[in-house]
Amino acid sequence: MDKKKIVGHSEERWDAIAKVKGQANYTGDFSFKHLLHAKILRSTIAHGYVKSYDIAEAAQMPGVIKIFLPEDLPHHLYSTAGHPWNLDPAKRDIEDRTMLTRHVHVYGDDIALVVARTELQAKKAMLKIKVEYDEYPVYLTPEAAMAPDAMRIHPERENAFASSEVGFGDVKQSLKDADYVIARHLTTPVQQHLHLENQIAVAYQSSDQRWTCISSTQIPHICRRIVAQANGIDWSQVRVKKPFIGGGFGNKQEIIIEPLVVALSRALGGRPVQIALTREETIAYTRTRHAISYDMKIGVNQDGHLTAIDCDVLSNQGGYASHGHAVGGKGGTFINALYRADSLRFSAKTVYTNIATAGAMRGYGMPQVIFALESIIDDAADKIGMDPIKFRQINHQPDGFYNQLGQTKQRDFLIEQCLVKGRAAFHWDEKLAASQAYKTGVKRRGVGIAAFSFGTAVWPFGLETSSARLFALPDGTFKLQVGATEIGQGADTALAQMAAETLGVPFKSVIRDVMTDTDLDPYDTGAYASRQTYIGGVAVKKAAEEMKQKILKRAETEFKVQLEHMDIVDGNIVYRADGDLVTTVKDMAMQSYYDWDTAGSMETYSSINVHHNSYGSGCSLAEVEVDIETGQVKLLSLMNVHDSGKIINPLLASGQVDGGMAMSAAYGLNEELLYNKAGKPLNNNMLDYKLPTAMDLPDLEGVFVESQDPLGPYGNKALGENPDVSPAPAIRNAVKNAIGVGIDKIPLTPELVYNQYQAAQKAAKGDL
Amino acid sequence: MYDITGYHEAHSLADVFAVIRTDPHARIVAGGTDVLVKNRAEAATYAEVALIGIREIPELQGIRLEVDGTISIGALCSFDEIEHDPIIRQHMGLLAQAVSLVGGPQTRHMGTIGGNICNAGPGADSSPSLLAYNAVLEIQSPTGTRHLPIRDLFTGPSQTVLKPGDVVVRINVAQADYQGYVGYYTKFARRNALDIANQSCAALIKVNDQQEIQDLRIAFGASAPTPVRAPHAEAYAQGKTISADVLKAIGTACLKDTKTHSGRNSKAFRDHLVTVLPGRNIMTALKGDE
Repeated sequence: MDKKKIVGHSEERWDAIAKVKGQANYTGDFSFKHLLHAKILRSTIAHGYVKSYDIAEAAQMPGVIKIFLPEDLPHHLYSTAGHPWNLDPAKRDIEDRTMLTRHVHVYGDDIALVVARTELQAKKAMLKIKVEYDEYPVYLTPEAAMAPDAMRIHPERENAFASSEVGFGDVKQSLKDADYVIARHLTTPVQQHLHLENQIAVAYQSSDQRWTCISSTQIPHICRRIVAQANGIDWSQVRVKKPFIGGGFGNKQEIIIEPLVVALSRALGGRPVQIALTREETIAYTRTRHAISYDMKIGVNQDGHLTAIDCDVLSNQGGYASHGHAVGGKGGTFINALYRADSLRFSAKTVYTNIATAGAMRGYGMPQVIFALESIIDDAADKIGMDPIKFRQINHQPDGFYNQLGQTKQRDFLIEQCLVKGRAAFHWDEKLAASQAYKTGVKRRGVGIAAFSFGTAVWPFGLETSSARLFALPDGTFKLQVGATEIGQGADTALAQMAAETLGVPFKSVIRDVMTDTDLDPYDTGAYASRQTYIGGVAVKKAAEEMKQKILKRAETEFKVQLEHMDIVDGNIVYRADGDLVTTVKDMAMQSYYDWDTAGSMETYSSINVHHNSYGSGCSLAEVEVDIETGQVKLLSLMNVHDSGKIINPLLASGQVDGGMAMSAAYGLNEELLYNKAGKPLNNNMLDYKLPTAMDLPDLEGVFVESQDPLGPYGNKALGENPDVSPAPAIRNAVKNAIGVGIDKIPLTPELVYNQYQAAQKAAKGDL
Repeated sequence: MYDITGYHEAHSLADVFAVIRTDPHARIVAGGTDVLVKNRAEAATYAEVALIGIREIPELQGIRLEVDGTISIGALCSFDEIEHDPIIRQHMGLLAQAVSLVGGPQTRHMGTIGGNICNAGPGADSSPSLLAYNAVLEIQSPTGTRHLPIRDLFTGPSQTVLKPGDVVVRINVAQADYQGYVGYYTKFARRNALDIANQSCAALIKVNDQQEIQDLRIAFGASAPTPVRAPHAEAYAQGKTISADVLKAIGTACLKDTKTHSGRNSKAFRDHLVTVLPGRNIMTALKGDE
């Protein structure tokens, strides 16, 4: 008897209809009686101290309820980073901020709050507040902030507040041993998430006299903890509700405005208070992807053997520690995951500056380090005249490699299959040959490749726990409750598929939450690190297996058929041997509610702690046309190949892949948050920040090398972030293939490409 | 948040003038694709004002071919309407192409050519083409009607010679200014949609069978504080036979009329584009294949 496969099938996402019909309520859709609106007064300097405020005129503006200065709100130090709490104080996120501050660390720092009856009234009053500052020197780069005479941005610690070094072997000797040493200084820009729904949160005192915060957050349970810590109240006094979310990409793995709305409601007698950031605020004053620079050297022999990978890293943290060194310090493990070399050294520093605070963003350090690694790897292949795919094939780690830096055996690590499949599916050889016709003239063509590795979830660097609860409803359907967070990526649909698959019931028989609620839903740390189908999946599987046993047990008791002879298929309880019907899940569920003798509702709960990891891998292949007169790069084709284990829902997976490819392509070509010398953001709007449109991208092709990961609950491993890692360096390498110039900086703007090409032409002429 | 204090729907120019008499700060709004954005950003003179809607006024609508061959475009014509209008497509292909590159579909359906001109952005997509066509604006005010060549309109970024109460009603192009010309417009932007030009260039050219230039008109956007023509280059080109050297010389001569500064791109790179774009536009226009 064939079981209907639900995992692996493109089930329609459970919330699709509600979203199309406009029934899906987002945070801003809830209405409250007497809702108050708050606006944050933001500093107009990037570094300094607020000497004085003049709020006299602002306080008289229509609709103003109250103006809050730093002295008016709690002063508990906290971190906005959405990590699980650590019982070891030494391993906690750095707590370097309070809710409002006179100490300005970034342009747009939160220096006061205005609460008014309407948002417009709050904004107009805010504009009337006059502020006097003591101004300090502004440091935009780690180099500037690390200068001997630089002042400390946070007096408690040095500007270079964290460092680490990992590796093995003797890189100096290995570099000496190499036939060639290639050295590059590679830099990446500040990127911003640009999730569709800006940050928004509302808080009020609920009838039980606790504090409810409705928020667009990726991490409801962590949000509860941070809100409580920032406000200095018991964790249980906060209830967080997460309705539908318009994306987050890591920026909502930060608790930015939630502590403020709870503090304001507490100060205003429990009235509901909302903060809704504008797009301009979200881009400039929430979190960003760290700009990181890499001084990299690799040693390579003529036969392609890698002798050494040596890397010095400087990560630009911005004004507050947030996720801190967890991002910039990442890299050594995943370089080691991807390539074999005689020795490796990865030394990283994370440095406070006065640009926007960097935090979690899709890929979490991997887009940066893979841009650097895959640029220099490609240059090494060129140096020895080897096909770049072949060069990667002879140097990548084998399946089953034990990565001591990540304490992980790389089971089912299929980079080889990705490279082989990519070469064929992309028609690499044909495109490379065709590009030969475009090596003179104004428009030059080329192809490029970049590979990557990627961890699933955060073990061994962080705690990985999750839980799930299932109730059988009288009609044979099931309510699934998880703390794992749906933020638009489709996690809820995937987790419901998993429950249905294990239970043996139709997908539609699993009912999901429209709201994640810390009072009701079991604990999970939230949506980040591509962890939910892997970690949350374990919890769901366990709860579903137990539920299945309960149902079969009931059938056994009722029909005296031994449990081991029965299975559940498509909602029916059948003989394992031939599929003949014994009874139905519905009958057993109804009985569990109402049978005079045996009634007792069927509920299961699981809570798990996972100490293993599964590494994914993959590659991107790009074909570009470069206009050497204008420097414009046209992306002709782009393909991602992914080794992500079993694909739970191919349609949702292709959505993740398309989105990640677009995000990384624009990272390589266009996106960059810019600052003037005073640290003021210059392009914090959707016109000047160049997010790509559909007109800027070719058809995005995603290919999977599907397998069953031995540790993934359903053979699955990370996919959510992986697509955002390798397109940018593949494009960089394709541009190099087109014009003969390897550019070590992204984004590849027309002016940069034009100037680098011109400089290379001049240098070549000088050589003659 | 929008900060609008009131709204008047005008059904005639007289309505507009009456509102402005009582409320001189009231702002005319057509498609709202600039005015509402500036209102939301609390831009001076755009926020905390009443708006006057003019979309119902008949004189400002429609595209006509007059008996003398003049093409007359109503100021309220949307970019989308102009792009797809048969008269414009047949006679003023350069303009049709230029307005097809404005923003995205929503902006092109709402945004109007009159608004694009009056907003006076240095990189407005319609301006270089209208400069090349020697467009003349018909302006009505409480005191009467006057005609102003578009060349004399712009005085600086977002600044024009228009006074409160002036309403651009129509944009007229004489037959001699479009007949026999071919043109091409390059919008140099970082995105292919939803963007404004970092720099732009329109070329309108008439050649004889010997490939001698009978007339050349070049105009730039975002290459000076206002959209500008390049009269030095145009004069140089007169009577020349098209060649790589001539195109290069035309490009170099354009620098005499542009005035770039470092901003989204460096001055050096912008000047480089000034020299490159005209020749590329001329060749594309003459090939007629794009």
